[in-house]
Amino acid sequence: MPTLETPVAPGGVSPARAAAPPARGARRRRASRERLVQALFLAPAGLYLVLFFGYPVVKNVLMSLQEYTTRTFFTGEAPWVGLANYATAIGSNLFGPAMLNTALFTVGSIAGQFAIGLALASFFRKRFPLSGFLRSMLLLPWLLPLIVSSATWRSILDQDSGVLNGFLRGVGLISEPIPWLTSPSVALIAVVLVNIWVGIPFNVTILYGGLQEIPEELYEAGAMDGATGWKAFWHITWPNLRPVVSVVLVLGVVYTLKVLDIILGLTNGGPANATQTLAVRSYQESFVNFQFGVGAAFSNILILISLVFAVVYLRLNRRAVDE
Amino acid sequence: MTALTSTPGRAPSSAAPSAPSSSQARRRADRPKLRHTAVGLLFLAVMLFPVYWMVNASLQPSGNTLTADFLPLNPSFAGYERAIAQQGPNLVTSLLISLGTVAFSLAVAAPAAYMLSQIRSRWISVALLAILVSQMIPGIVIANALYAAYNDLGLLNSIHGLILADATHAIPFVILILRAFMMRIPPSIVEAARVDGAGVVRAFVSIVLPVSRNSLITAGLFAFLFSWSDFLFALTLTTTEAVRPVTLGIYTYLGTQVSNWSAVMATAVLSSLPAIVLLVLAQKYIAAGATGGSVK
Repeated sequence: MPTLETPVAPGGVSPARAAAPPARGARRRRASRERLVQALFLAPAGLYLVLFFGYPVVKNVLMSLQEYTTRTFFTGEAPWVGLANYATAIGSNLFGPAMLNTALFTVGSIAGQFAIGLALASFFRKRFPLSGFLRSMLLLPWLLPLIVSSATWRSILDQDSGVLNGFLRGVGLISEPIPWLTSPSVALIAVVLVNIWVGIPFNVTILYGGLQEIPEELYEAGAMDGATGWKAFWHITWPNLRPVVSVVLVLGVVYTLKVLDIILGLTNGGPANATQTLAVRSYQESFVNFQFGVGAAFSNILILISLVFAVVYLRLNRRAVDE
Repeated sequence: MTALTSTPGRAPSSAAPSAPSSSQARRRADRPKLRHTAVGLLFLAVMLFPVYWMVNASLQPSGNTLTADFLPLNPSFAGYERAIAQQGPNLVTSLLISLGTVAFSLAVAAPAAYMLSQIRSRWISVALLAILVSQMIPGIVIANALYAAYNDLGLLNSIHGLILADATHAIPFVILILRAFMMRIPPSIVEAARVDGAGVVRAFVSIVLPVSRNSLITAGLFAFLFSWSDFLFALTLTTTEAVRPVTLGIYTYLGTQVSNWSAVMATAVLSSLPAIVLLVLAQKYIAAGATGGSVK
């Protein structure tokens, strides 16, 4: 039988406890205990971020200033060499091509992903039966392991027996098979095409989200003024989508700069170094040539370029938040 | 999921402004919609053709040639037999690493996400900024440094070493997505428990975590997929065949010349199963992660 003194509903406030505030000392003790608990909640993640993101960045800067090779792992010696690794990296005859390929790969991938992504996102904005289901199935290329996609595309792009050349010959578009991955003049294009395929789902998802934010009333009002179709796109969709577009593009650049899996799986940087990028250079110097110092120099150049775009991103983001 | 029953005020008003009768208007509005569905199916077919081709090629009887029919009319499972014989242990390794990454990432990220959603301080935005930027650091930078550190610590060629490294793909993402959800938990339900005498820890375990179930599932699924897909750390942080995730197994298959395409493609199909199964069975959670956490 409940007595009058304990009329506490589940989850309700106990009047007895609320009426008797703890003494000041106890309250202070409780506050400091609270802060300790907060710190304990945050500590594991904080420690992890410092060890697995902070430390590698610092370590890379240090390594790039040292002669860090396989010998280092046996002797523990890594003499300081100043900027010699950077001189080696920039002076190597692969530096120019790697910079150019990185730029072409990034620009080509982003342009393709964005254009197709925006077209598909606009298409899916029209609600039709199964649109939600089709849109989520479209995520699949993004969720597959990149190395799986690379392997699949390698079989599709195979010069002699790949299905793409078979198809193109079948419809009469080409007479000679295209050496997609074996010719230095075509390989970069092939790698870009595959990376566009991988990146479309990300672009569709974010751009679709942005399109959904644009109020329907704007289109209804526009339609009364005769703005439909392309006119509606240029005067209503594009200006309203701009903040999302900037974010997609900048993030796309940052994520494309560091792509490694696709290139290693498709061409390994070849043929004849035609698909060398800064990320591939960094990997090969460190883990193929075991010149960790030079590899670190390459990856620091990569970080520096990413940093520029990261700053752009954060400024855009802040402006979006301010607005 | 589908818009078969279109929301009133949206589609009908744009398709037929002056509808004589609602059923007639709907029939007229449905025809162009079904055409859209057909076009959408076509787009999807083109986008997913490589996935189909992977499955098709995995069922071809041939060994080292690629000549495949358009349909696997005489499916052969020789590729799968070979794949399971050669890559079976690697698939198990990948599974262990991925499950480990899920557990580790959630354990580390969930408490932090909760605190980041509760504390009001200008340092929170600094912390969030750091987490955002950490996602932008190229994996090769982390691999470079971890190789040296792991070499000293004896963590190369170990499952827990790869779990710790793979969690770099997951933890920033999991923190951001869980925090975004936990911001929306009504403070009253946590306060009620606190007034009843529960400490922060108990309120977190018995109220916050159960309420966050859906977002924990979403975050866990993505942590799994990120770790399962990892190739860079598998490539750089292992030096022997003792611990070899399946992504690295596929890479070594690829080599310079592929000798057995059906086995490669069968392994590729097996490695795609988690993504395919989760996308079909847990679509709700995957879609939430794709839009909510925005980015990989």
